[in-house]
Amino acid sequence: MKIAGIELKNPTILASGIMGTTGAALARMSRNGAGAVVTKSIGPVPNKGHNNPSMVELECGYINAMGLPNPSYPGFCEEIKIAKSKMDAPLIASIFGGDAGEFTEVAKGLLSSKPDCFELNVSCPHAEGYGASVGTDPELVHEITASVVDAVDVPVWVKLTPNVTDITPIGRAAESAGASAVVAINTVRGMAIDIHSGYPILGNRFGGLSGPAVKPVAVKCVYDLYEALDIPVIGVGGITCPEDAIEMILAGARAVEIGSAVHDDVQIFEKISKGIDIYLQKYGYSKTEDITGLSHEMI
Amino acid sequence: MRPIHSKITEITEESPNVRTFFFDTQFDEAIPGQFVMVWVHGTDEVPMTLSGKNSITVQKVGDATSRMFELGIGDHMGLRGPFGRGFTIPKKDEKVLFIAGGVGAAPIAPLADIVKARGIETHTILGSRSCDELLFRERFACGRVDITTDDGSEGRNGFVTDQLAETDTSYYDRIYVCGPEIMMYKVFEILEARNGHVKTEFSLHRYFKCGIGVCGACGMDPDGLRVCRDGPVFNGGELEGSEFGHYERDSSGCKYHF
Repeated sequence: MKIAGIELKNPTILASGIMGTTGAALARMSRNGAGAVVTKSIGPVPNKGHNNPSMVELECGYINAMGLPNPSYPGFCEEIKIAKSKMDAPLIASIFGGDAGEFTEVAKGLLSSKPDCFELNVSCPHAEGYGASVGTDPELVHEITASVVDAVDVPVWVKLTPNVTDITPIGRAAESAGASAVVAINTVRGMAIDIHSGYPILGNRFGGLSGPAVKPVAVKCVYDLYEALDIPVIGVGGITCPEDAIEMILAGARAVEIGSAVHDDVQIFEKISKGIDIYLQKYGYSKTEDITGLSHEMI
Repeated sequence: MRPIHSKITEITEESPNVRTFFFDTQFDEAIPGQFVMVWVHGTDEVPMTLSGKNSITVQKVGDATSRMFELGIGDHMGLRGPFGRGFTIPKKDEKVLFIAGGVGAAPIAPLADIVKARGIETHTILGSRSCDELLFRERFACGRVDITTDDGSEGRNGFVTDQLAETDTSYYDRIYVCGPEIMMYKVFEILEARNGHVKTEFSLHRYFKCGIGVCGACGMDPDGLRVCRDGPVFNGGELEGSEFGHYERDSSGCKYHF
């Protein structure tokens, strides 16, 4: 299935930040059935990230503040090459920077390792000066997207933050700048406090919420983006089973990304893509596209 | 799970740089070799293999462990776990060999306790830099114990590998190893040459970020095995041709060769 410029093996994609630090881990997720994989977000300089705790399972999902740890693009080219040599699934390189210049530097720096696509992380909720610090401003998103689209010869996706009043102007900015798809959503800004010690649990004090708690937020963002844009929407946020993925597709997603659910099951991709196929058969559809955005017609 | 607010009930000074902290939190279900994420409030959270159902044994090496050494009885830490895959518990009729170097004796000691209670035949090769850093020798005393020290202050003057070279490992059904990675790799090489690595389990250490198998920071080459979830205990067969003994990655993902 060709979506947003790349040929996916199936509609389940490994989300950024999950098992994405090494080529070997990415290839493992492909073996486990991911239709494509997204790398950990790579930036211009090596970064150790925030102190631990950096990810904690809560009652309703997970809260994390990794702090964009990465070895920077020169160090990561080798990992992309390893991943690509071990798998057929497309590899999407997630990148971040503080401005258009840094984004473009990182994208160009990774080109020699031949990623199939770029995903721009303008949505990490807990890295000062990066991520959502730039991704809440439509003009900056437009400038960054246009700059990377101009610099590379592969599709560019833009991953959006839900931590805005209305996600559609940011989506439109990405689309008008030449993005091939938008990916929604990144984590929802959140915090957890240890009531016994009084300390915020995360090393960074606050972070981003993922897992089942954010799925309704993601479904609404995908629904709104589907209405507002012509380019495909990739749905992500709290998908843990085929039913969750189907709900996201009905809201308007052409494919889905899966992250936190890897915690409970590393084989999750295979299970969800099989479950989607069973659903399509049951209701007489032949492909995922046939049900993408179907809920919009139910009025 | 959220961190369990745990009070320090006792502290044992094992050596100048190693202390055992006992807590009012018991991990009764823990399998020897499993670890807990230990949150030192306001500093960091680090993985520590349980040295008992309610204890961790800590070597002072960085920010978090240095801060731990400033804490006393009645102070608190946050504990999450037990996580990861522990050691395979030997059957009653099996003979086991323990090989432990330095603070690497801590993960193996709870296994020795179980083995002792079941009356299983054991042999331990216990090494350290010097005699005052030998850890838990009394917990291994259920069977023969060969001691090695780098400086010759007690037992054999040399490394655990010198002792292992002269040990007939074909006699043992299971071998358990923990210590510095270079030591473990030398042990691995000796045992691999004897085809004994496949009956051997190694307890590995890597930088953990999430600690729960999601982020991939501790993924090993070439198969992407997660030390925090698929390990930290690995069978020697799983480590063949891997990064084990060669390199690890730091918190940014940059490689460092041993």
